[in-house]
Amino acid sequence: MSHTDQSAHAQHVVSYSRYVVIWFGLVALTALTVALAGIELGRWVIITALVIASIKSLLVLNIFMHLRFEDRVFRLFTVVAFVTFLIFIVMTFFDYAFH
Amino acid sequence: MTQAAAHTLPGGRGFYDEPGRHTGIRGWIFSTDHKRIGLLYLGSMSVFFLTALTLGVLMRLEMLSPGKTIVEPQTYNTFFTLHGIMMIFLFIIPGLPAVFGNFLLPIMIGAKDVFFPRLNLLSWWLFMIGGLLALASVFFPGGAADTGWTFYVPYSVRTSTNVLPALIAAFILGFSSILTGLNFVTTIHRMRAPGMDWFRMPLFVWSLYATAWIQILATPIVGITLLLVAVERMFGVGIFDPALGGDPVLFQHLFWIYSHPAVYIMVLPGLGVVSEILPVFARRTIFGYKFIAYSSLAIAFLGSLVWAHHMFTVGMSNTGMFVFSLLTFLVSIPSAIKVFNWIATLYKGSIALEPPLLFILSFIIQFSIGGFTGLMLGALAVNIHVQDTYFVVGHFHYVMFGGTGFGLFAAMHYWFPKMFGRMYKKGPAVVAWALTTLGFNMLYFPFLILGYMGMPRRYYDYLPEYQSVHVVATVGSWVLALGVIILIVNLLVSLRRGAIAPANPWGGKTLEWTVPSPPPMENFDTIPTVTTGPYDYSEYEQRSAEHP
Repeated sequence: MSHTDQSAHAQHVVSYSRYVVIWFGLVALTALTVALAGIELGRWVIITALVIASIKSLLVLNIFMHLRFEDRVFRLFTVVAFVTFLIFIVMTFFDYAFH
Repeated sequence: MTQAAAHTLPGGRGFYDEPGRHTGIRGWIFSTDHKRIGLLYLGSMSVFFLTALTLGVLMRLEMLSPGKTIVEPQTYNTFFTLHGIMMIFLFIIPGLPAVFGNFLLPIMIGAKDVFFPRLNLLSWWLFMIGGLLALASVFFPGGAADTGWTFYVPYSVRTSTNVLPALIAAFILGFSSILTGLNFVTTIHRMRAPGMDWFRMPLFVWSLYATAWIQILATPIVGITLLLVAVERMFGVGIFDPALGGDPVLFQHLFWIYSHPAVYIMVLPGLGVVSEILPVFARRTIFGYKFIAYSSLAIAFLGSLVWAHHMFTVGMSNTGMFVFSLLTFLVSIPSAIKVFNWIATLYKGSIALEPPLLFILSFIIQFSIGGFTGLMLGALAVNIHVQDTYFVVGHFHYVMFGGTGFGLFAAMHYWFPKMFGRMYKKGPAVVAWALTTLGFNMLYFPFLILGYMGMPRRYYDYLPEYQSVHVVATVGSWVLALGVIILIVNLLVSLRRGAIAPANPWGGKTLEWTVPSPPPMENFDTIPTVTTGPYDYSEYEQRSAEHP
């Protein structure tokens, strides 16, 4: 990647219908989160909420933020950010597990 | 060379002659030129640095004798809080990247500017808004914050002083840092000149790259954490305060997840400066280029996983303490790789003891002392003994000031001719180096002794047996301050009266030395094509091999 290869990459057009379908999907997942919050799931509460939130994030990143059409390096950066965040979370809370 | 010769004539002031759309002060504060933004940071940071330095000298004066010497206890509390906040958030964290990164990064990789020039200007504006808010909080009713720069809860939630403006200031400053990091990562990926592959990049650029990643990944965490403290203070929501059902240890985790990597935001560019300056004044190709480059990334990665070593006495599990202690020891490996490579670079070099190298030599010794005392603190048993004592304060000043601070002084003396087109006087610069090095060690080595004797940090008063060591440290602070004053005056005088600087006064091999001093508006008339690595001193090495 340097001055010379800043060539414009192909524009990807996502159809409106697709956006609308994804948007309905996001709304449905939100409704699911709310519905599950009313059910007693014990220790699975946080896990289910995080799984649903992760799916929603992936949809937004890939479709609305066009990540799936971007260079591999951008996807790699996003993965690095998420993995770092995951490491921080795991290392913060593993201490509590050994109390 | 013809391009360089044309601009070294008296009167050729490069980018200073081209203010852009605006003139006067507006030509600076609305400029999107990376060089002007770098100098804006330099000016504003110098003011914050001198203010915080004055507070530090006053604190030392207070500690000259037990009991009250010059100020009341509450004033002393606000002094160390403001000293910490200003030195860390307004001086060392932006420090080298904001000034020298902005000014030099594009030139060093053969680009005309950073990738997002407007975002760059926004970073400076955010920096100023945050900085001025922190300063203004001193004068708001309620008095300056007295929590220390760490904002530990529950005290920061309960104290009646102006913690809120200080929190918001730190939050805003965080955004400035994130945007600078984002700009640098993008610039390094997208703007390198033809032929400038990853392993032809100057090592200062590598260190800025590693630093930028920490800025992007870790800063948002402290931002949101400080915001949560603000919410807790304003609305009484129980997040960290145990009285409200919160968890104060969680605050410490979240705070240090950023604030320990922040240590590497502060010191990594300093390490980069050493790698940049050493080969020039040793006239030798840097030893172990790839190891130094990768060790920056390794420090950035490992340094992000060690934060809980600040918390060994808060009641963590034994497993947690063991893991974080082990990880802390691991960080010393890439740090030691750098130090050994620097020493190997100096070995058999044709050493020119110019002021930048003198500061670098002080850096290496002081950084090593800082590193070793860091290992002592990483060892669980010793840590319990010296937790929250002057030993900790001595340790981090050895890393932050003895390392990064001296790195900044070295960078200032190395790139001054490039930035301002003038040479400075060598005599006063050497005197400044001698006094700052002497004063620094006289001030902070006694801290290590005091801490080992049991003197707690942040205490206003102390037992009489500590006084003799405190006196040595306080006298050291005067010597250090004198050295800093001479250093600054020498550079300020040279701005107007210094001899005209040639394009390459030190014989550097990186791209910034191929353009005139000071550089023209867009750095290069034509973007250069890079064909060799950044530290090619083979002709000197060959000559010294032929005539040993």
